Amino acid sequence: MLSRVADSLYWTNRYLERAEHTARVVGVNLGLSLDLSSETGDLGWGRAAQSLGLTVTEPDPVSLAQLLAFDPGSSASIVSCLIGARENARQIREQISSEMWEQLNRVFHEVKRAGYDDLQEANPLEFLESVIEGIHLFQGITDSTMTHGEGWRFLQVGRYMERALNTSTLLKQHFREFQWDDEGRIFPKDHLHWITLLRCCTAFEAYCKVYTADLKADRIAEFLLLSGEFPHSLRFSLDRLHVALEALPEGAWTKKTGKVTRLSGRLRANLGFSQIEEILASGLDQSLESITEQCAQIHSAIFQIFVNYPIEAAVEV
Amino acid sequence: MANTESTGHALKAPFRSYELNESYDEMFETMASPRAPYQPLLESLIDMKPEEFRKRKQAADLSFLHQGITFTVYGRDEGTERIFPHDLLPRIITAKEWNKVERGLTQRIIALNEFLRDIYHEGRILSDGIIPREVVYTCKSFRRQMRGLHVAKNIYVTVVGTDLIRMPDGEFVVLEDNLRVPSGVSYMLTSREVMKRVFPELFRECRVQPIDQYAQALLATLRSLSPAGRSEPVIALLTPGVYNSAYFEHAFLARQMGIHLVEGRDLVVNNNFVYMRTTAGLERVDVIYRRIDDDFIDPLAFRPDSSLGVPGLFNSYRAGNVTLCNALGNGVADDKAMYAYVPAIIRYYLNERPILDNVETFLCSDPEQRQHVLVNLDKMVVKAVGESGGYGMLIGPHSTQKEREEFTRRIEADPRNYIAQPTIMLSRAPCYIDGQVEPRHVDLRPYILYGDKVTIVPGGLTRVALRKGSLVVNSSQGGGSKDTWVLQE
Repeated sequence: MLSRVADSLYWTNRYLERAEHTARVVGVNLGLSLDLSSETGDLGWGRAAQSLGLTVTEPDPVSLAQLLAFDPGSSASIVSCLIGARENARQIREQISSEMWEQLNRVFHEVKRAGYDDLQEANPLEFLESVIEGIHLFQGITDSTMTHGEGWRFLQVGRYMERALNTSTLLKQHFREFQWDDEGRIFPKDHLHWITLLRCCTAFEAYCKVYTADLKADRIAEFLLLSGEFPHSLRFSLDRLHVALEALPEGAWTKKTGKVTRLSGRLRANLGFSQIEEILASGLDQSLESITEQCAQIHSAIFQIFVNYPIEAAVEV
Repeated sequence: MANTESTGHALKAPFRSYELNESYDEMFETMASPRAPYQPLLESLIDMKPEEFRKRKQAADLSFLHQGITFTVYGRDEGTERIFPHDLLPRIITAKEWNKVERGLTQRIIALNEFLRDIYHEGRILSDGIIPREVVYTCKSFRRQMRGLHVAKNIYVTVVGTDLIRMPDGEFVVLEDNLRVPSGVSYMLTSREVMKRVFPELFRECRVQPIDQYAQALLATLRSLSPAGRSEPVIALLTPGVYNSAYFEHAFLARQMGIHLVEGRDLVVNNNFVYMRTTAGLERVDVIYRRIDDDFIDPLAFRPDSSLGVPGLFNSYRAGNVTLCNALGNGVADDKAMYAYVPAIIRYYLNERPILDNVETFLCSDPEQRQHVLVNLDKMVVKAVGESGGYGMLIGPHSTQKEREEFTRRIEADPRNYIAQPTIMLSRAPCYIDGQVEPRHVDLRPYILYGDKVTIVPGGLTRVALRKGSLVVNSSQGGGSKDTWVLQE
């Protein structure tokens, strides 16, 4: 597979995963702000915006949602992410199935069309749900129409890399701000915020099935970090990332065999064999920082091995 | 109007504003008598309710949009992305008409290919005085770098798009040969797919010859031209990239053939071999179907400011390690002045009479012909030989006295650069315009492949000037396309 193609596949799905995540975070927080009185409601928005990479002082929920959805000038907005995904996919449209390209186009044109209206006038939740649905459909189409070969794997790598980063950022934000007692009990006034965290990861129902609706901080951390079965947990994402990377052929010229998988395998093993008590005792924030950093290392290793390798080294073989 | 009552359904609802003029009409001999192959189309148009037709038109447009079959695309904002203008009514050609076109194109391509081989080697046609040397050597597209270079199997023109028009007497003639990087074939293929979905009944009834085999034929052609000793050649399509207006076509063809779509930055040349950068290292490339102009293909051999090309590619080509399709330097044979010599070229190399005629062409470099042109300027179309896309053109009947004086000056200053042709009325075919069926001018661009043998898929791209009265079919100037149906015997 062409290096440029691999690169574009990776970024297509990173952008799509990001668009889906942003749509969900905005939607969940719109719901939250209905439940909260205005002064505390703003807090949720500040955190949401920050987790999406925006720094806002005194956020106004309506204009913030508008910006996060439609502002092409902000790289965090849904429309920017979709433009990014589509631009990458357009460069490799012969590599993905026609069905995938058509679905991506459909989502893109829907967002463009909706973008001319005010988000508040058009039912915003409906719009955000249609974005998420459109991207889910894209992923489903991908799985059922594209060969599960190298290209598909680069898509998976992009998707789970982005998801791991998003989940870890959300967790970091949340656990910095909210307190719990020695037995993991949360404070009643924060209850809605903890639900919001779970909802932002589509994890509320799944959590309840495992632990009941009794929300505890350590259980939530355990579920979102270490669950091997829940698709938005860090461990699940990094498992998938590693499995996809392992199946990719590293060039015969690479002397450092398996550089990428060493990194991803170590990170995966770390999460696979850690206990949540240990992580919480030694500092959740620190662990999450380290995970983010290792993801960044994997990202640059992928680029060095598969995309931007030195020609001289490759010609010698 | 006396006979309109008796002509039956021919003038019913959607045909109310259909009028014939001196151009050949593809559908009607007279308004009272439609041509036989068009009978099923005519009937279904008259039977179909306007809203039903609108619905089908919408379905087709949506299908084009969702498939991303768009024409001009620039920048990140996508503001100028438009679907390719497309008219739903097919243009129909009988098997008998097509048979002659096919034979004529085959003859023409073989002769032009031989001409290119000759002028880049021994130059017999020049020493025999058939074509003046200066016509060849003053041509901007003549590439001296190609002198004495051996190309695979001596095939220069692998993919050709020849523009044909139909004269008022119904005969097809050649207006232009495109031997460099002809485009548009993807619109032919995709509009056929859409038509099969939108008009399945009509399609079945008319018994149309299929064109789906184009991609396999192109692949087989490219394969047949691989360098010696490469039995499993790696083939790539070289595109200028996503901002090129024909990018859709490049991606489409690469996908249909299952070959790599590469940009200049994906290729590297080492020790005169061409490689592409893959995730598993460098992989050798044997055949490149290039969709980049000569000028931009290798900054070391041609334009040094090109960032689209591949440094060192020409040397690899010269060494015979890679095949480029089409060959470089083909432009000399589709130059507008060379066009006038094509009948002579056919006679010289094949010793045959040209099956398809040229449009009568006057070379301004010849004093006698120039005199004729200058006297009749108001009836002629004057074209600058180096330009395309309607630039540097004078359309005599639509010109002002001032423009004609300006062109007289220009022609006298640089006669080699100008040719003139009588103003020709292209034939007209029915188009669906705002709920009505109206005639519009059309041409026809069949696609010819030449490898081990000549292959032409039946039909081609019918380009249509959607603006009323316009003779310009270029998509940049209000032109669109139609599906072209060549019927079975």
